[in-house]
Amino acid sequence: MTAPEIESNGLSRSQLTRSTAIWPLFALGALLLLNAFALPSFFELEFLDGNLYGSLVDVLNRSSIGVVLAVGMTLVIATGGVDLSVGSVLAITGTVAATLMAKTELGVTTAVLISIAVAMLAGALNGLLVTSLKIEPVIATLVLMVSGRGIAKYIAGEQVISVPRDEAFAAFDWIGNGHLFGLPVPTLLALSLALVTFFVVRKTSIGLLIESVGGNAAASRATGINDRMVKLFVYVFAAFCAGVAGLIDTAYINASDPVNAGVFTELDAIFAVLVGGTALTGGRFSLTGSIVGAILLQTLLTTMYAYGVASDVAPVPKAGVILIVCLLQSTKVRTWFRKRARGQQGNPATAFSSPADSSSEEAS
Amino acid sequence: MAPLLSIRSLEKRFPGVIALAGVDFELQRGEVHALMGENGAGKSTLIKVLTGVHARDGGIVELDGVSIKASSPRHAESLGISTVYQEVNLVPQLSVAENISLGRQPRRWGLISWRRLAQKADTALKQLGLSLDVRRPLSSYSIAIQQLVAIARAIDIDAKMLILDEPTSSLDQQEVELLFSVMNRLRDQGMGIVFVTHFLDQVYEISDRITVLRSGVNVGTAATGNMDRLGLIQRMLGAKWSADTVEGQTRPEKSLDDKLIVLQTRQLGRRGSIEPFDLQIREGEVIGLAGLLGSGRTELVRLLFGLNSASTGTLEVDGQPVSRWSPRKAIDAGFAFCPEDRKREGLVEQLTVRENILLAMQAARSVGSPVPLRRQLEISRTYVDQLNIKTPGVHTRTATLSGGNQQKVLLARWLATKPRLLILDEPTRGIDIGTKAEIEALICELSAAGLAVVLISSELEDLVRCCDRVVVLRDRHVVGEVTGDELNQRCMMEMLAHHDGT
Amino acid sequence: MNQRWSKLVSTASTASVLLLLWIVAGLAFDNFWSPFVVADLFSENAFLGISAIGMTLVILSGGIDLSVGSVIGFTTIFVATLITDHSVSPWLAWLTALLIGTGFGAMMGFLIHVFELPAFLVTLAGLFFARGMAFFVKPESVQIRSETYEWLSSCAVPTGGGAELELTTLILLSVFAIALVTLNLTRFGRNIFAIGGSQSSAQLMGLPVGRTKVLVYAISGFCSALAGITMTLYMDSGNPINATALELDAIAIVVIGGTLLSGGVGGVTGTMLGFLIYGTIYQITYFASLSSSLATIAIGALLLTFIMLQRLIVAPAEAE
Repeated sequence: MTAPEIESNGLSRSQLTRSTAIWPLFALGALLLLNAFALPSFFELEFLDGNLYGSLVDVLNRSSIGVVLAVGMTLVIATGGVDLSVGSVLAITGTVAATLMAKTELGVTTAVLISIAVAMLAGALNGLLVTSLKIEPVIATLVLMVSGRGIAKYIAGEQVISVPRDEAFAAFDWIGNGHLFGLPVPTLLALSLALVTFFVVRKTSIGLLIESVGGNAAASRATGINDRMVKLFVYVFAAFCAGVAGLIDTAYINASDPVNAGVFTELDAIFAVLVGGTALTGGRFSLTGSIVGAILLQTLLTTMYAYGVASDVAPVPKAGVILIVCLLQSTKVRTWFRKRARGQQGNPATAFSSPADSSSEEAS
Repeated sequence: MAPLLSIRSLEKRFPGVIALAGVDFELQRGEVHALMGENGAGKSTLIKVLTGVHARDGGIVELDGVSIKASSPRHAESLGISTVYQEVNLVPQLSVAENISLGRQPRRWGLISWRRLAQKADTALKQLGLSLDVRRPLSSYSIAIQQLVAIARAIDIDAKMLILDEPTSSLDQQEVELLFSVMNRLRDQGMGIVFVTHFLDQVYEISDRITVLRSGVNVGTAATGNMDRLGLIQRMLGAKWSADTVEGQTRPEKSLDDKLIVLQTRQLGRRGSIEPFDLQIREGEVIGLAGLLGSGRTELVRLLFGLNSASTGTLEVDGQPVSRWSPRKAIDAGFAFCPEDRKREGLVEQLTVRENILLAMQAARSVGSPVPLRRQLEISRTYVDQLNIKTPGVHTRTATLSGGNQQKVLLARWLATKPRLLILDEPTRGIDIGTKAEIEALICELSAAGLAVVLISSELEDLVRCCDRVVVLRDRHVVGEVTGDELNQRCMMEMLAHHDGT
Repeated sequence: MNQRWSKLVSTASTASVLLLLWIVAGLAFDNFWSPFVVADLFSENAFLGISAIGMTLVILSGGIDLSVGSVIGFTTIFVATLITDHSVSPWLAWLTALLIGTGFGAMMGFLIHVFELPAFLVTLAGLFFARGMAFFVKPESVQIRSETYEWLSSCAVPTGGGAELELTTLILLSVFAIALVTLNLTRFGRNIFAIGGSQSSAQLMGLPVGRTKVLVYAISGFCSALAGITMTLYMDSGNPINATALELDAIAIVVIGGTLLSGGVGGVTGTMLGFLIYGTIYQITYFASLSSSLATIAIGALLLTFIMLQRLIVAPAEAE
């Protein structure tokens, strides 16, 4: 998505199709179109007390946690890593916030800040395991995935912690259930987090550094990029996003449930990122794609519920989509398709490739 | 007697390059046949075709008089062609005994008999004159022993011929002797051995015949006694003697004595990769590094750029010794490095031409102050024009560019940082003549403007053309320096071929 | 540092952790050193042990299987529904469940090997799929009413001291024995180690890499299904939410048992030790009336310690 926005001499067709956000957008469009015919009520919107309601708004509202997590996960995956701990970090953050408000005299702001700080600490742990101990990301973040929920349960004393209904309650409740400019606050939060990230990533060089490290870590190091710092940053950032998601989640139900909060959300986030066109191998990433991916996922679920599919069965089609996306990204499948295409016409890509391709094989 | 292996007019083409252009090769029973050649000569391709990694495009391969066409390493093995690579292709975690018979473990009542497995391994190793504790994991032994175990496994599958692909690269002298004793033993048993190496001493010590490949053609096969070092190197590097008489004098005399010393090393070295050396580089100077593959030339420049850490000596930049040298610090000191392997340590292929060019510059700045987009476009377009990079645009992914243009992108990346010292490791390998000339012209131009350049090239004539001074390396040692009138191919080649004790 | 030494270190550290836990617990609590505690420890967690053994094979081969918890959950509700709602004979229900589990695992292995997809993603999809299918079968708990179950629950082997090994424990021990023999005394077992140690070498050595990998995931699927059946024996019911996130415990047990997550090193003996550590930690929290979340945290901390130990001792960071 960088290419189109800076391309001053017009877009070529190949750049458009390569723009990764196209496919999930296409899928989202198709799904909405289907709903337009089958479920007309899906598009009904109404104003109540100046606030917008309806299925569409509901989808956006419910996908806000997914969007926030997907934004963080995108950067991690772009460095060639993955963060399996975001669901647990989400639960920890929510529990810390709820516990602080229920059991101490701290105000909402302090509670929120402390819980976010705790989340970032967890992210730093992940990052250090990956960068300093060079432990594979899947394994490094597995640790927190396993124990994080236990930590959350322990903090909460094995129970659901309700946010106390004191004077601060309204302020916290607003995070999860409030409206601003007629739209739900979680949606606006997710949107602004996405926008700020987008801006920071593209207006500073951090985006380029992430793509460079994910694309070729050895070359990045030889170019003077501090790849460890870049990786540490993305894990802390992903945990920060998980923290924000945890706050939204807790404020939404005005309680923190350490057992059920954020279960499987790491998988949803990975799902959104992959569907959004960022490859697990790292490198080029598309925040827009991931965001669309997260919304697509929620739309898929809402549509299924509308058709009377039980929410618990919903993982089945989710699994199907993950597999399809995986297969489409698989080099094996791609090579196979390319071979078939080459069979019909000469492939310009190979004609363009260099003698160096083969001479580098000579390097011993 | 009919040869064990006979290859006639073998051809292999890759997109855009002919790797083997009709190679003939013969291997006798009971012979160690050295296969020599520099990078890109085609020896790896030849071996890969033989072992079924690549399919051939033409020619005949006969083993024991029967025409064969290996479709996979597994298939080659079953035909009787076994290969032992530099990186041992065994399972380090498993025991020596198990590695020898993995997949063919002796069984009793359907279950593996560990006792017989150990016996079998013992026997196989005894044949090579080795006695090891076969129950210990492979990884507890040195690479040399691991290679011998790989040979034991190969022989255990009734190999007719053995290919040893640079087996000695990471071995010390004693280990090499051990390997050679095993090779001698196998030769006496009638095995045909193809020995790929870049150590000349070893070739003369062990081999019966030598074949030299250059640019995908056999440029000479001879009994080892009939090919002297000079002749061998000459064939490998493809030097043209006739040009020698005129070159050297044509060079304009550059006065460098008053120029600042950018970099100085004092007994800098790294154990196992390059022996301690002294080197001084002045502004505006072009220093060449001549040496065969594996001579330590790449290892030397990696130390200069901080990609590897030194185990001895000091490095001084502008007269100040540096500590904890790293690429980051080297870049900050104005160094730049185009590596030999562009794909591995150079380009980020997914990124665009613009992004790749800007990468080093960007990395040197703080994250919060990126180069403004307009400026980025300006810089990248300038270099695309200046270096004549053939690309559809600066937004093209570098993966789609040709090797020569990728190399130029890499050069542009470093030139954009306005370096004081540019290190180029084989910058012209695998790229076309025109681009090569452009890059050489650029080197001259930049050095005239005060840039210090360290240039590695396998092509001695390139070094003669471009350099003010050439440092010669052999077997991980800096063995000498040529300058002035001595700076010609003959001199360098004699230094490369020089052999202590003969 | 050589492998044999490091392998010894990791097994020894696992064993000493277990020993330490037992000594401390025995001194701290009355009656901890009793055959009842051991018997409980086995029977309560037998299903977890079975799936951890399947997981060991997968991890040894260099892969990972995140679907085990879901497959267990699916199996429990599937078996319970067949028996209770459809009056199918338990034997037939078990056979069907085992076939489904095995086939499911083989399918994932096929995708992983043939399309070279990352194992954690394919089995992640498997996790979603199996859990969804569990709810599709029946979204709520189903009690199993069957004479066979009543009869089986009375089967037990006395061990002396009044304690006895229940059927579930016996299943676990047989799976362990079979796995031990398979891993150490068959070519298939050794091929698993070879592939996990270096897949490219295994390929060049002509080992049947594809077949072995598919089979490993099939076995893991089989173990999960068997674990699910064991769970129904223990609980006399099936529930689609059973064994949620159990794969994480299984992985933790395998790693604590000294099997390298990168594959090629380890074994089921270590996994049994890891299983005992896991069970002991839960027993201790029970004896000390601590919350079970502390046990989770302790296991996480152990997991972290062992991963770091593996990193530092077994596979020292490559100098760069």
